[in-house]
Amino acid sequence: MKWFGLIATVFTGILLLSAVPDFAAFGDPDSPANGGLGDHPSVSQYYITDTYTDTKVPNIVTAVLADYRGYDTMFETVVIFAAGIAIFAILRSFSGPVAPSHPTAIDTSVEGDHQRIIIGTTCRVIIPVIQLFALYVVAHGHHSPGGGFQGGVILGASFILVALAKDLSAALGRFSEKRYLALGSVGILIYAGFGLLCVALERNFLDYEILHRIMPATDPIMARSHSMLGVEVGVAFTVTAIMFAIYANLSSKGRLEQGF
Amino acid sequence: MIVPFDIIILIFLVITALISLRVRDLLGATMILGVYSFLICLLWAEMGAVDVAFTEAAVGAGVSTVFMIATIYHTRRHSSD
Repeated sequence: MKWFGLIATVFTGILLLSAVPDFAAFGDPDSPANGGLGDHPSVSQYYITDTYTDTKVPNIVTAVLADYRGYDTMFETVVIFAAGIAIFAILRSFSGPVAPSHPTAIDTSVEGDHQRIIIGTTCRVIIPVIQLFALYVVAHGHHSPGGGFQGGVILGASFILVALAKDLSAALGRFSEKRYLALGSVGILIYAGFGLLCVALERNFLDYEILHRIMPATDPIMARSHSMLGVEVGVAFTVTAIMFAIYANLSSKGRLEQGF
Repeated sequence: MIVPFDIIILIFLVITALISLRVRDLLGATMILGVYSFLICLLWAEMGAVDVAFTEAAVGAGVSTVFMIATIYHTRRHSSD
C-alpha cells in the first residue's frame, strides 16, 4: 500500500508538472487571460481599465470581490457560516459540568502572579489596537489590501486573545454565545439584504447601482462604492462571530466553561 | 518578481511541508505549518497578490494555527503512526 501511494503521488506529480509549460508566462500581456482572444478584450482587461470609472474604487480586488463577483462572496460567507454552525452542532454539549480532564493550572505563586500581570497588561494595551486595526482593515478595504474577511479574522482573533490571556469565560463575558450566533446570522442578513433591496427597486440581485435612490446624496457610481462597504461590514460580522465560535467550542470541548 | 528570491522561498516551502509531515510531535508540526503559511504569504506578497497574502497571514498562519493548538490540547500530543 505504501508503494502504491508513492507511485500514485509521483505519477500525479509528473502529470501536473507536465501541464506547467502550457501556462502563460507570469504577467504575459499577450496571454488569452490578459490580452483577450483576437479583438475581444478579456475580462481582466475590462476590470483593469473600467473598474475605477464604474465604481470609484481604487482597489480592483475589492471591487471584483464585492461587486462584480458579489454572488461568489455572498456564498463564501454562507460557507463560513455553515462551517461554524457545523462545528457548533458537532461539539456543543449542553450536559452538566464534568470534572476537567486536565486540572486547571492556576499558579498562585508570586512568579505566577507576575506572569499574569505581564500577560494581562500586555493584552489590555494591545487588544484595543488590534481591534482598531481590524476596523481600519474593514473600512479601508476599498483603498488598501483588506476587506471583510481579513478584518473579521483580526477582530475575531482579538477575542481569542482575551480567551488565551485570561480564560474562556472572560472572553464569553464580552462576546456571549447568544451574541455570536446572532452576529453571525446578522452578517449574512446584511449581505442578502443589500441584494434584496436591489430586487425591491426592480433591478437584479446585488446590482448596487439602483441603491442611489435610497442613499442620500449619492450618484449611481458612489452607490456601488458605498454598497460594497456595507456588504464588507456584513462579511466582517459573520467572520468575527464564526472565528470566535469555532475557538470557543474547540477549546472547551463544546462546554464553554473553561478552555485554556 | 525576483526569481532567486522566489526559488529560495519555494525550496523552504518544500522543506517545511516535508518536515511537518515527518514530525511526530503534533504541536511542532503545527508550528511548522505556521511557518509554511508565512512563507507562502511572503511569496504571494512578493508576486503582487497583496490581498491574498494578507488573508493567508491572518487565516492560515494566525487563526488556523490557534485552532489546531486548541484541538491538540484535547487530544494526545504525539502522533501514533
